[in-house]
Amino acid sequence: MIEFKLPSLGADMEEGKLLEWKVKPGDTVKRGDVVAVVDTSKAAVDVEIWQDGVVQELVTQPGETIPVGTVMARLLSAGEGPVKAERKKISPAARKRAAELGVDVEKLAGTGPEGAVTLEDVEKQAKPTAAAPAVDRAAEMRKAIAAAMSRSKREIPHYYLSETVPLGRALAWLEAENARRALPERLLMAALFLKATAAACTEFPEMNGHYREGAFHPGAGVHVGVAISLRQGGLVAPALHDVQDKSLSEVMKGLTDLVKRARAGSLRSSEMSDPSITVTNLGEGGVETVFGVIYPPQVALVGFGAVKQNAVVASLSGDHRVSDGHRGALFLGAIARRLQEPEKL
Amino acid sequence: MNKPEIRATVLAELKRIAPEIEESELAPASPLREQVDLDSMDWLNFLVALHERLKVDIPEADYARLGTLDQTVDYLARKLGAR
Repeated sequence: MIEFKLPSLGADMEEGKLLEWKVKPGDTVKRGDVVAVVDTSKAAVDVEIWQDGVVQELVTQPGETIPVGTVMARLLSAGEGPVKAERKKISPAARKRAAELGVDVEKLAGTGPEGAVTLEDVEKQAKPTAAAPAVDRAAEMRKAIAAAMSRSKREIPHYYLSETVPLGRALAWLEAENARRALPERLLMAALFLKATAAACTEFPEMNGHYREGAFHPGAGVHVGVAISLRQGGLVAPALHDVQDKSLSEVMKGLTDLVKRARAGSLRSSEMSDPSITVTNLGEGGVETVFGVIYPPQVALVGFGAVKQNAVVASLSGDHRVSDGHRGALFLGAIARRLQEPEKL
Repeated sequence: MNKPEIRATVLAELKRIAPEIEESELAPASPLREQVDLDSMDWLNFLVALHERLKVDIPEADYARLGTLDQTVDYLARKLGAR
């Protein structure tokens, strides 16, 4: 039996509200399938399952708000026979009333003797719950960001470094490259920044991963959390997976899709939980240098300012529990070096 | 397609990217990206949408000629008229 539990979709998430099931009992699911849509304080997220199986029971009902780790559904793994559910103890009067009210008694937790479902349990379940007040998304997101960033500043001893990176070659290469590409295929400098950072992470694995329970766990791939500001305020930083293995065109395509879906509120759970380093690009507003706050449990954030006079200031916020300024400086140097050879990115 | 139709198309695509904008609040001769707060990705998506709707190519070297709403409409009108 597989228990499908509400995953944590970021350090700032404590609970989620089930909006919709994408599966029903009897459905076969494969690893990576989206099975539910859950509303976190930041966004509605498509939640994926990480095991193959057959859905046996949906425990959580749409509209319910549940803490992270709650069993939402039970599934049978391949080859497992269905488990016969024990018949619910229920009084005849309660069963009759349940049928009248359309209440599924199998899903009720009985409060009578030996867990029997009582008439009162049925009527309580049937009572319409008062409509929840409309969620103030902006206020909820601000609270979530506050929680994550407060934790970061409380727990992570940050150090900050910056380096001015010449971009003459990268700009010239990008101009020539875009001149020969059709409009929908054109690249943004942001794609070069992401790829250069991911490539540098392969040389400096201590910048890429998570710090959990007193130890650093390097990331399996470089899943770059891309800080995306939302038009209505706030931001999300979902992962672009395995950036180190992607071509610039693939990075650009992935980035375009991620930004579009982040703004439409259609991100996947793995994108919320997988980032192993964050890149934030604040140069659009003319900012020169970014002094970023690391998103826990990650251990580094790379910031890029405005491209001015053929150069950009790249900055690193590093976690001193995992790396030192010397390694951080070499890491920034590796990003700078890779940006000098854009054709190799 | 005449100029008012091009303008309507431009505004419709702009609104898809920035749904909060009001046409009446847009100054047609002032810098568009600053007014609507379009970052590079928004800008590229906006141009891709115009490219797909109007079937015009917009080389990167021409981006500077699309600074305002009026300039964008004029640019596209010239491109479409030239075809």
